[in-house]
Amino acid sequence: MSRLLARFNIRFPAFHLNVDVDVPMSGITAIFGPSGSGKTTLLRCLAGLERAPEGFMQVGEDLWQDESRGYCLPLYERPIGYVFQEPRLFPHYNVRSNLLYGYNRISPKERRIGMEQVVDILGIGHLLERRIHKLSGGEQQRVAIGRALLTSPKLLLLDEPLASLDLLRKQEVLPFIRQLHEHLRIPVLYVSHGLTEILQLADRVILLKEGHIVGTGTLNEMFTALDFRGQLGPHRIGAILDARVIHHDPQYGLTQLKFNNHSLFVPIQPVPVGQTVRVHIFSNDISLVLGHTGVPTSILNILEATVVEIREINQSSVDVVLDIGTPLVASITRKSLMSLGLKPGQRLFAHIKAVALNEELVE
Amino acid sequence: MDALTDVDLSALWVSLRLATMTVLVLLIMGTPLAWWLAHTRSRFRPIVEAIVALPIVLPPTVLGFYILVALGPYGPLGRLANLSLAFTFTGLVIASVFYSMPFVIQPLQGAFEAVGEAPLEAAWSLRASKFDAFLTVLSPIALRGYISAIVLGFAHTLGEFGVVLMVGGSIPGETRVLSTTIFEHVEVMEYGQAHAISAFMLAFSFLVLLAVFILNRRFPIHVS
Repeated sequence: MSRLLARFNIRFPAFHLNVDVDVPMSGITAIFGPSGSGKTTLLRCLAGLERAPEGFMQVGEDLWQDESRGYCLPLYERPIGYVFQEPRLFPHYNVRSNLLYGYNRISPKERRIGMEQVVDILGIGHLLERRIHKLSGGEQQRVAIGRALLTSPKLLLLDEPLASLDLLRKQEVLPFIRQLHEHLRIPVLYVSHGLTEILQLADRVILLKEGHIVGTGTLNEMFTALDFRGQLGPHRIGAILDARVIHHDPQYGLTQLKFNNHSLFVPIQPVPVGQTVRVHIFSNDISLVLGHTGVPTSILNILEATVVEIREINQSSVDVVLDIGTPLVASITRKSLMSLGLKPGQRLFAHIKAVALNEELVE
Repeated sequence: MDALTDVDLSALWVSLRLATMTVLVLLIMGTPLAWWLAHTRSRFRPIVEAIVALPIVLPPTVLGFYILVALGPYGPLGRLANLSLAFTFTGLVIASVFYSMPFVIQPLQGAFEAVGEAPLEAAWSLRASKFDAFLTVLSPIALRGYISAIVLGFAHTLGEFGVVLMVGGSIPGETRVLSTTIFEHVEVMEYGQAHAISAFMLAFSFLVLLAVFILNRRFPIHVS
């Protein structure tokens, strides 16, 4: 798997970005952090729009920037698609001409993605002859995404493409971003400070704070790690898993999912067998049972797990970090911790009372 | 009202040539300068802006005097050309470029500031080189600024008098333009001819400004 390597050290009057990025060139990587943490600056450095005096960037085998040799490939020679916070469509062209602007500027043999495909994925076929200022915000942003895709980029950079949209429009664009990734297999770097967006879209997270990277990992690793626990309000994350649909059981109205050799049952889903769905488990919806359950139970979803670590939360409750092939966090009372006598390395069973699917999480 | 004489027609021709040349030179030289002024964070920016705006407030005779000295056989420009440019058409173009500079630079600068760098960055991200992006994205979006610059630069050059008299004299066929022709007619009491040219310039200036305001209304800048 080829990787994206980048080091940037750049000072502004009131801000200093100093990062070392190393992520695989696959999936959706979210660049997450509070406002002013340097997310957009990092993206602009990656695009070559800001030129870090100490900068290095390599994508797979291709060197894009090496300031130790004074080298920096300009943006217009980088095979990048960039979607800005605002759509930045060209007002003197109609939708079709905007879409074709980049397409016409790459050589025919580079064109892996065609007009029909993009129009289809983004649902903008009926807009092609419209003037730009006749479009809604959501439509404009979809055209901007389409315009970037039509340059057949090797890397897609999205800078909070949903930030300027209201909730309804967000719901209009969000599914397209997931779909375009599923259909076109372009690695995406996605800047956002919206937690919901990231939980729905990202495979991987780069966490930025005050111009520094404080963590990089898979979505589940990052959101079950201690640093995040404070930010998530009452619904604390137990795990975020991508599971495959393997069976529908219409008799009981259940769909069976599988991940890492574990099974999960959820209310029947209109999703074809073989497709992947994103599953969220909240830490309060998990109870822990020692020993093998010969005991009959109404709980359908029982996962075998190993205790990794016990984290203090407050006077009455603790978080138990479990390993089920990936982290799973259960919130239990301190009293239960004592009576079960849990310690790291112990094997037990996690009973999962409720599982939420991605689509249900939308605010 | 007397018909225009041959001398008047040749003055019209000189005026039109002068205005066209001046605007062309200013568009070519003024575009990069206006772009720089619109986007630079340099501390020299106010100084350059003040110099560009000087011809608006300076008496034309002051500007004309210094340009005359510079163009003369011992002035820097005269030496460069190895002959005196004073009282020649070329000298007149050089003088007009300075005199009309703010009327071309300022609308362009305003348009570039309104458009900003955002559309250009978008164009670069779509594989357009800097020149390509300038031609296909910046210029059309800043079109209104260009129209204002061309029209104002042209009309203002047609109307100049003091500088032309200082630098060009009023040599028929070479440096005699419409505005100086009016002066010549009045000097010898030919009010009818002075009136004909004056009326023409009045009507022309009004129509030009009318066209600018109508165009501004029909083609407003849409910055998305």
